[in-house]
Amino acid sequence: MSITLTERAATHVQNYLTKRGKGIGLRFGVRTTGCSGMAYKIEFVDAASAEDQSFESNGVKVFVDPKSLVYIDGTELDFVREGLNEGFKFNNPKEKDTCGCGESFNV
Amino acid sequence: MALLQIAEPGESTAPHQHRLAVGIDLGTTNSLVATVKSGVAEVLLNHDGNKLTPSVVRYFADGRCEVGAKPKAEQADDPANTIVSVKRFMGRGMADVAKYGTLPYKFVDAPGMVKIETVAGVKSPVDVSAEILKVLRVHGEDALAGELVGAVITVPAYFDDAQRQATKDAARLAGINVLRLLNEPTAAAIAYGLDNASEGTFAVFDLGGGTFDISILRLTRGIFEVLATNGDSALGGDDFDQAIAAHWRRLHGLVGADQKDMRRLLMAARAVKEQLTTTEEAATEIHLSYGQTLKVKLGRAEFHSLTSHLVDRTLLPVKKALRDAKLGIDDIAGVVMVGGATRMTHVQSAVNAFFARPLLNNVDPDKVVALGAAIQANVLAGNKTGEDMLLLDVIPLSLGLETMGGLVEKVIPRNSTIPVARAQEFTTFKDGQTAMVIHVVQGERELVKDCRSLARFTLRDIPPMVAGAARIRVAFQVDADGMVSVSAQELVSGVMAQIDVKPSYGLTDAEIASMLQASFTHAGADAEARVLAEARTDASRLIEAASAAMRIDPELLTVDESVAITDGILALGRVSEAADPRAIKAAIERLSTATESFAAKRMDKSVSAALTGKSLAELR
Repeated sequence: MSITLTERAATHVQNYLTKRGKGIGLRFGVRTTGCSGMAYKIEFVDAASAEDQSFESNGVKVFVDPKSLVYIDGTELDFVREGLNEGFKFNNPKEKDTCGCGESFNV
Repeated sequence: MALLQIAEPGESTAPHQHRLAVGIDLGTTNSLVATVKSGVAEVLLNHDGNKLTPSVVRYFADGRCEVGAKPKAEQADDPANTIVSVKRFMGRGMADVAKYGTLPYKFVDAPGMVKIETVAGVKSPVDVSAEILKVLRVHGEDALAGELVGAVITVPAYFDDAQRQATKDAARLAGINVLRLLNEPTAAAIAYGLDNASEGTFAVFDLGGGTFDISILRLTRGIFEVLATNGDSALGGDDFDQAIAAHWRRLHGLVGADQKDMRRLLMAARAVKEQLTTTEEAATEIHLSYGQTLKVKLGRAEFHSLTSHLVDRTLLPVKKALRDAKLGIDDIAGVVMVGGATRMTHVQSAVNAFFARPLLNNVDPDKVVALGAAIQANVLAGNKTGEDMLLLDVIPLSLGLETMGGLVEKVIPRNSTIPVARAQEFTTFKDGQTAMVIHVVQGERELVKDCRSLARFTLRDIPPMVAGAARIRVAFQVDADGMVSVSAQELVSGVMAQIDVKPSYGLTDAEIASMLQASFTHAGADAEARVLAEARTDASRLIEAASAAMRIDPELLTVDESVAITDGILALGRVSEAADPRAIKAAIERLSTATESFAAKRMDKSVSAALTGKSLAELR
């Protein structure tokens, strides 16, 4: 079981957390919805839930509920720039295909 | 690929826009109405000049009824027509009522909820509650000199959907617009301003006249979630009165005291009990029948030893609630004291000792629930704006619907704050499909069979189209009281169907917790089941499409192609029976390859059909 962040992603997350003023880390999850099966979500975490699994990578704590973990175990979170747009990207080894919009994926 | 941004946990919605509003604590023993005046919440007086109105209704043969202190004082005269503690019967069937032991009422079995036969006719608990609410509404309107735009009414956290719906129905009968039903412990927490605190988990210890409730609430960004509730429906302040009265009877040899003397003893016991919250010793006189006067006194230490077993009985549900919430004492940030019986000093010290936390007890424990409801009503009425808007409740389990293959598509995820509305588009599975069954389910698991079925309805008269062409918008709506309605509309023709979900019974917190736990422990198996069900659905969709194409355009096929496709269809059908998604996917692959040239020829045919007879100019 592992969830990791690239150094670049971790730096950005730390910045966001500092600006926000509170929060203990990030929550990664999947929603079983969207055009090609599932969709990722990233949220700030103020309090972990009892059922959460937690990971730490480059100084950032990541919480994942066991239900989502089966879909995203092994994922590396990266921060990328594409033209003017920048944001986070899931490098999920379990991901088989994504839909055109990139919001959904399949395992 | 779209890039993601980090979201805040939770969202907000717009409030109603109203003005004069009250909070109503519709209690088992007493009811109160409160409002916010000049920014301060206060309880309104009733016509007797009291803040508490006993929740007692007496019916008379001429159809009249009385509510409050008078019928309570006279209940011994006409027990069968004087309805006491009607809240216990709300949304309850005959079997539930039987648990309360012998009651002086003539119950009539009715679908959904018992009714009570009185001299004024058969009354349902909703009718009786409505009489209480009517009186409270009049108090409120008189005290505020204006018509109420609405009220927030509190209900116990453990009330299920049927009991909540019954409470709303009673309010409607009483002419009250319900802004929201609010959980009692949540209301108490609001009265203490805990909703302004950042985060934390709180215990609400509610020892009323006849019932004890303990609730564990988690506050996250202004939203309270009830983690666990427990209690004892036969433990309250009245039991302490009984213990004192029994002690005096033993002490003064009043073994055969009659009903009226018993009542006098209890009233004296109650007065002494209340005195002992501020003094070390209390004394009073009881004027018994036959002109005898009994002088009684009680010291605080003696009172405590007489009733310590009752105090101990509150701690067991507290421990159970903590265990259900999977929390330890250290996780509790504060304890809110609710109910007049929490004034007793030994109750306070026992709770204080158990939690090792300072108690929140400086708001009058009789009024705290009504005050919290008033604060909430004020906000919902639109008298406060912007950031003060509170979002207090969340749905405990996800809501969704059944899709092909017995899978659940979640439309509203669990812990969404309510009110909430979400819509999603679906489509038809078969060519020419004219109806679609919408099966509404609740739960966290991936397969319909592992979730709880809430309702089922059919959208008919969908115009015949090829599979996948219809656009069916299914909208879920959960109002502020947790009532669910679902509608489905075919967007091309506009045909529509909808349903209100009023489950006949609710889920207890323990059931919700076990359903959640199951979704975690079965996560792996559920994921596999989903992959398999999706593969099977893909397979049958492909078989359907290929078979249809062969029926429509058989002349485009060579014998070899026809055989290959038919074989592919049969093979895929066989593989779909087995539980191996990889094999199904491979068979889908093979059939797709076999149909490639057929598909190309069909494409050519339809293109040439579209072009035939048209000049180049027309096509430009």
